[in-house]
Amino acid sequence: MNEELVNRIESNPKYQELVSKRTSLGLKLGAFVLIMFYTFILTIAFNKEVLATTIGDGVTTIAFPIALAILVISFLTTLIYVKRANGEFEDLTDEIKDDVKDIL
Amino acid sequence: MLKILALISIFAITAFAAGDATFEAVKRELNVPAIIMFLIFIAGTLGITYWAAQKTKSASDFYTAGGGITGFQNGLAIAGDYMSAAAFLGVSGLIYLKGYDGVIYAVSFLVGWPIILFFMAEKLRNLGKFTFADIAAYRLAQKEIRTLAAFGSLTVVILYLIAQMVGAGKLIQVLFGMEYEYAVFMVGALMIVYVTFGGMLATTWVQIIKACLLLTGVSFMAAMVLYHFDFSFEALAVQAVENHTSAADILAPGGFISDPISAISLGMALMLGTAGLPHVLMRFFTVGNAKEARKSVVYATGFVGYFWIIITIVGFGAIAFLNSAEGAEYFVDGKLFGGNNMASIHLAHMLGGNAFLGFISAVAFATILAVVSGLTLAGASAISHDIYANVINPNATDEQVVKLSKITVVIVGILGVTLGIAFEEQNIAYMVGLAFGIAASSNFPILFLSIYWRGLTTRGAFIGGFIGLTTAVVLVIIGPIVWVSILGNEEAIFPYKHPAIFSVTLAFVSIWFFSKTDNSQRGKDEKEKFRAQNVRANTGIGSAGAVDH
Repeated sequence: MNEELVNRIESNPKYQELVSKRTSLGLKLGAFVLIMFYTFILTIAFNKEVLATTIGDGVTTIAFPIALAILVISFLTTLIYVKRANGEFEDLTDEIKDDVKDIL
Repeated sequence: MLKILALISIFAITAFAAGDATFEAVKRELNVPAIIMFLIFIAGTLGITYWAAQKTKSASDFYTAGGGITGFQNGLAIAGDYMSAAAFLGVSGLIYLKGYDGVIYAVSFLVGWPIILFFMAEKLRNLGKFTFADIAAYRLAQKEIRTLAAFGSLTVVILYLIAQMVGAGKLIQVLFGMEYEYAVFMVGALMIVYVTFGGMLATTWVQIIKACLLLTGVSFMAAMVLYHFDFSFEALAVQAVENHTSAADILAPGGFISDPISAISLGMALMLGTAGLPHVLMRFFTVGNAKEARKSVVYATGFVGYFWIIITIVGFGAIAFLNSAEGAEYFVDGKLFGGNNMASIHLAHMLGGNAFLGFISAVAFATILAVVSGLTLAGASAISHDIYANVINPNATDEQVVKLSKITVVIVGILGVTLGIAFEEQNIAYMVGLAFGIAASSNFPILFLSIYWRGLTTRGAFIGGFIGLTTAVVLVIIGPIVWVSILGNEEAIFPYKHPAIFSVTLAFVSIWFFSKTDNSQRGKDEKEKFRAQNVRANTGIGSAGAVDH
């Protein structure tokens, strides 16, 4: 990749938009997953009795729906990310490539 | 993540092997349906290997299946790498033994994937070619960085391979009544055939087929369990509580994660270790572009998440079914035949008779084969691509590299078999912990910083990477598992089982320090080159193109 190409891409507003949008989405979703997971882990480490609370009159504890929720939500975050990345971000990338196609 | 699972299962399997006298007394009769199904699997996968061999010509074909794997296929293959025999048998066995504590592990194994997707997947695809060292050495000195990366990869691969081999040998011994040495030899021989002839294409398809078989098998098992309880988890839980000695305690977190340092450290190792496993990272180079790389993570996360939900039901189903009057035939001297890891295997027999037992046994064997094949390929690429083609002989032709890869596969295979036999009676749990620690403390920091930090230099990466690697090794050795359980000392010098929080931090800090203080011209040039690398990482412009099959 030559200097001219790098300069032109870096100064392209679409490139800056792509990088900032993607970074922000990744950080938001990443922070969300990490906070969710570590809340779970630290609850187990410090106050696991909370998770032993049973649901209604049954024996099943709230720990089960919580674990299920973490699995499902983790999957959903990947879905949200890819929906935007493979749509909006890919379009932006294609536009950037189009803008520099004369020297590619 | 797999490593911890392997650790759990091997622990129990090894523990079982210690009591071989009782085992010999009741050696299972030859399981004919299992052998038939296993032979069908072998015939099918050898057919695929033959087909793949026709298509595998260049180095790119050999390492990355020519980049022509789709996101969906790759997602299944990644999920397959994840759902190792240790994950399947180990976690279901752990739930059978401890209840909810096993579920905590299952949850922890999944959350690394979203993180890999958000920060690594597409950049790996955009920058890499065959191995993760391609990315780490993108703008740094080839010789130093590739040597370090190959060293890290090979260590992880070999340790992991031994763990799988020993696990496989024990499993086959129990399932088929075959001698341990023959079992390990058979796994090694089949793996060498798949990888040398079929390369990544065959390895990926073997993994995909196995993932489908495994998901089908466990889904059927979970459905049978739930059917028995009119599809009510509550009814299943009531029965499990009634049958388990710990009663209602199995439905809540127990003593597994006791202090916050261990908790955070384990979480860190699971998350970052995965992003440093060479055989998982290389899967991102088998897809055509960043778009497919992202998709593969979504599919993988979906399949693995589903798998853990199913395994939870299977684990509690095992408590409900096996710990009953009808389940008594699966016990020898009050212990589950073959150890707790065999819980799901026995459950399969109870639910579906000999035929279903045969199916699940064959799937378990297939799982081991598929995982060791991927590991071997990762090890071969570290030697032939990183060391040979980029350090020793940069002018090597494609044919030379592929030829050397195949020789390497055979060597790694023989090494795996030999070490697998040598370590038969060893508690190999520490190796798994060590491999995990190395992946998180050496491979990951270098890879991550090379992608995101302009200031990284060769000096920083090389010195810091080795510090991280050494720290992980030393802390595991002086920690409770090796120092107390294996070496028999009274008290561990380092009190925590998972050193990740310390070794990973130290790796990052020392990479930062030795890069910051690097005022050489080479260091300046390397920082200069970050801009171009970053543009490629973000846009994919200039990345290795895809080849369609």
